[in-house]
Formats: sequence, C-alpha cells, structure tokens
Amino acid sequence: MNVRLYVLQRATAALMAPLVLVHVAVIFYATRQGLTAADILSRTRGSVLWASVYGLFVVAVAIHGSIGVRNILAEWSPMSERHAGIFAIILGCCLLALGLRAVAAVTLP
Amino acid sequence: MTFGRLAHRSNVLWIAALVHRLSGIALAIFLPLHFLTLGLAIDGEARLERFLRWSDAPLVKLAEGGLVFLLLVHMLGGVRLLVLENLDWRDEQKELATIAAALSAVAAFIFLARVL
Repeated sequence: MNVRLYVLQRATAALMAPLVLVHVAVIFYATRQGLTAADILSRTRGSVLWASVYGLFVVAVAIHGSIGVRNILAEWSPMSERHAGIFAIILGCCLLALGLRAVAAVTLP
Repeated sequence: MTFGRLAHRSNVLWIAALVHRLSGIALAIFLPLHFLTLGLAIDGEARLERFLRWSDAPLVKLAEGGLVFLLLVHMLGGVRLLVLENLDWRDEQKELATIAAALSAVAAFIFLARVL
C-alpha cells in the first residue's frame, strides 16, 4: 500500500468512527418499537442534515472499503497488486453509486 | 516446527488483527445489499415496507445482531489501530482488543434482546 492510500484509509477511518456510533445509536432508536418504512422516511425525507451525514458516510465507506479490499486481495489472493487495484476501483465506484442512490431514496422529499 | 511457526496465532493481538480483517470483508459484502435495500424506497414506501416486514423473521434479526457486532468490532478495532499508530505505545494493547470485542458483543446482545 502506498502512502497516499494509507493516509486515505486512516483518514476515512477516523472520520467514520463517530459516524458509526451515530449510526448504531440511530439503529437502536429506530428499532425501539419495531421498524416501519413510514417511521424511517418521515424522519429522513427532506432532511438536509441526514442527507449530509449519510452522504459523507457513503463517500468515506466507499474509499475505506475499497482500499481495505485491495489490500486483502493483494496479500491473501494470487491477484497482482495492479489487478487488486482495478477490482478495488470498481468496488469503490459501485459502493459510491449504490450508497448515494440509497441516501437519495430515503432523503429526497 | 509447524507449531513453532504458528504459535503467534494464539496471540490475542494476532486474533484481533484477523477479526478486524474478516469483519471488514463481511461488511464489504453486506454493504451493497444494505444500499440496495434502502434504495427500494426510490420506488415508494410500500416496497421498503414489504422488505422490512420480511426482515421481521427471527433468523434475519439474528443476522442483524451479527452485523451490529461486526460493525462495532471493526470500528473499535480500527480505533485501537489509530491509537496504536498515532499515540505513544501503551502496554494494554491486549486489554484494549479484548474490551473492543466485549463491548461489541454486549451491544449486539442488547440489540437482539430489544428486537427478538
């Protein structure tokens, strides 16, 4: 792993630690009396705050996850570093696209 | 000879590194599915609601408890790494790793107790 990827992975980890705590707190709060789509969407639709928090979360997780998978493939599989890098870029783009689509689905009014 | 070469695998910190890596793989596999599920809301509330009612099944709730554990153990393991890399060395590394796993397990059990 080069220095740029190392710093990006650590920076996104530091950014996501508090976001994970917020997410777990939201999970516990949302499931206190059963989870319904109406409850979820009434909280999130039209909320700039939730769109920003989860939008940031998605960007960070796409970067962090793809770098992590790249490292694991390069170390544990017969894949070359170059191919692991290509796979990671595709994975990161998929996570970003699917994640931002999900954020849009639950936050756009 | 083999035992000697593999002896480090019983070390708590080696297990912590393995758990961190495996939980990361599991989360990377789960995330696209999680995003696709939330994306159901793009076609309207009813589709998301149908999925949520399916997810009321006890086995799905059990899996969700496992995901809460994986998310927390990966996050706390990551925080341990950041502390290790950026702050002065602490002798309590093994204790920190054990506490991270224990806290994650407790949170997952509390989650399961609430939803099951």
